Amino acid sequence: MPQKTAKKSAPRKAKTDTNQLRWMYTQMVRIREFEETVKRVFIEHPGVIRGHSHLGDGAEASIVGALYTRHDTDFVMPSYRCHGYPIVLGTPLRNMMAEIFGRRDGLCHGFGGSMHLADPARYFPGTSGIIGQSIAHATGAALTAQVKKSSQIVYCFFGDGASKQGAFFESLNMAAVWKLPIVYILENNQYQAYTHFSLEDANAVAGDPLSKKAEAFSIPGATVDGTDPEAVRKVVAKAADRARAGDGPSLVETKFYRLSAHGNVITVPPLPTQFPEHEAVAVYGNRKEFEQWHAKDPVKRFRARLLKDRVLTEASAKQIEAAARAEVEDAVQFALTSPLPAPEEALQYVYA
Amino acid sequence: MGKEMMYADAIAAAIIEEMQRDPNVVFYGQNMAMTERDPMLKKFGKERVRIAPISETAEIGIGIGAAMTGLRPIVELWMSEFMLVAFDQVINEAPRLRYMSGGQVSVPLVLKAGYGFCAGWAGQHSNCIYHTMMGIPGLKVVVPSTPADAKGLMVAAIRDDNPVVYLHSYMLTLEKGEVPEGEYVVPLGVADIKRNGTDVTIVAIGWMVKKALAAAERLAEEGISAGVVDPRTLAPLDVATIVDSVKKTGRVVLVDQAPRHSSAAAVIAGEIAEHAVGCVNALRMVTALDAPIPYSEPLENYVVPHEDKIVEAVKAVMAHDAVAA
Ligand SMILES: Cc1ncc(C[n+]2csc(CCOP(=O)(O)OP(=O)(O)O)c2C)c(N)n1
Ligand SMILES: [Mg+2]
Repeated sequence: MPQKTAKKSAPRKAKTDTNQLRWMYTQMVRIREFEETVKRVFIEHPGVIRGHSHLGDGAEASIVGALYTRHDTDFVMPSYRCHGYPIVLGTPLRNMMAEIFGRRDGLCHGFGGSMHLADPARYFPGTSGIIGQSIAHATGAALTAQVKKSSQIVYCFFGDGASKQGAFFESLNMAAVWKLPIVYILENNQYQAYTHFSLEDANAVAGDPLSKKAEAFSIPGATVDGTDPEAVRKVVAKAADRARAGDGPSLVETKFYRLSAHGNVITVPPLPTQFPEHEAVAVYGNRKEFEQWHAKDPVKRFRARLLKDRVLTEASAKQIEAAARAEVEDAVQFALTSPLPAPEEALQYVYA
Repeated sequence: MGKEMMYADAIAAAIIEEMQRDPNVVFYGQNMAMTERDPMLKKFGKERVRIAPISETAEIGIGIGAAMTGLRPIVELWMSEFMLVAFDQVINEAPRLRYMSGGQVSVPLVLKAGYGFCAGWAGQHSNCIYHTMMGIPGLKVVVPSTPADAKGLMVAAIRDDNPVVYLHSYMLTLEKGEVPEGEYVVPLGVADIKRNGTDVTIVAIGWMVKKALAAAERLAEEGISAGVVDPRTLAPLDVATIVDSVKKTGRVVLVDQAPRHSSAAAVIAGEIAEHAVGCVNALRMVTALDAPIPYSEPLENYVVPHEDKIVEAVKAVMAHDAVAA
């Protein structure tokens, strides 16, 4: 079972020193290893993962850079593409993987699956599979923090696609009026499922960044290179400070690239399912775009920079990577041997 | 003569044929017509075939406004639950505007969505919400169970001058069946007897029709003659055909993928109680259990109705004597 105590997860200092850069790299590698492993499970253990799973590979710098600024009890509320965030919060990978495998030892005992991870004890209250709606929930968590004067803030992550949903506009307006302590992080991974964002976003069509939406609510808005964790950290730190000071919300667009396809292939059982080719190639025939952004892979780039700056040596980097691999492999073995829930358990949890 | 077709392809064929027939039919939704290579875009052009962002309130509301003013939009919503984001438009706008205008305005709109995807999609993507819509006066609700019905009902839905929620079962997507060639219309509000039977009437909806037919086959081997009635549309509901069959057999099993009290079965049971009173000796409802759809397979299988439960229910009603009609 997940531990019920909040682990100190994000040491916060004005300047990133060596340890903290290493911490960032470690978290990014753990996320990447986890996601690549989930993807491999579709081939190595067919049928074990059901439904629709979505990976955060490519989002590591956005997630880790933003959460670097988090204090211990701040809430984290992302969308349904939710694996990366609890990894940083210290949720045991064993229970995460078991949930994705639908096992009894899963974070949600097999009731939620990949799209609905929840670990409230670590300030991760849960996610919605209905796009945009969790933006309102996150805003509600900020209301709790304000009313209870708890000095918590909320990190609300959502996709470029979600920013076209009514709940986005309604929530940001209310948060601005009520000066709620929340940072809205619009993760522009450039695709809404199979749709390139330039086909559906008014700001993009006009050649503007998506953070321009902040102007509609008269709140600060910024766009940052979401493949660079330090750049993300700097911008989010400002927004977090503003939220902590009681000055209200900000909107930060982290722009990066989803490195894998939207999700595994959708099929009617018992047809097998696995990850298809990325939409850039499969739908748009744009291999160049795909390759250009893969060349900007945030994990590889950060690794190269840390080696260059002698924060890491080849040996210490490999050590971090091996540890992540071992941790995720252990999670897979744990999840594979965890029992499936008994059918009659299905009627639990319907009511409090 | 017919042509073997997949359920999903039959729906697509109906949309294409109706778009060819009527230039006022437009088609849009999320994650469709993304590139110029898209076959629908190629056929009908980007005026009539469009990609929409994740904005259900506007997608459906724009459909209503366009329908009020001369177009016949089909909105692709993918999963029925995504409509819940815009339930004002579905329940309180589209079906009411005609009535409030004293019959001056009509809203010829098709809201197309899949439902009940029981394949590990968990609590928010797998449910059946048709009960919420089938009782709304002014709104029609369609639930095809075969490729032929899928095609014929889509054609009827597009030609209908009312808002129609067209719900296709995701579980039947790849199902193959004979579809009549050429123009084929299945009128809204006419149930279909999918199998004749003299001992018991099974009324089943959507995906459950397939399960009911399989159960009836098994029961036949044991000497029980079970008929299967498929309402095909939940609104209008063909009460007469259902009641007629029930009166003949005197026993009825209602099979519905939705939870008991939010099932169409509960509404149908009420109609049977009133209209076949004295003729029915036993009635059972086989529905989903009262829970959202869980993720893990054994949990999901437990909550959703299956063949064994239908067989069991039929045997239970067979224990009662049929009342002579
Ligand atoms: C209200 C609603 N409409 C449609 C969908 C189907 N859907 C699932 S994921 C997705 C794309 C989301 O894109 P984005 O917000 O950019 O997040 P990303 O997948 O890129 O992380 C869509 C349209 C949904 N889940 N909910
Ligand atoms: Mg996106």
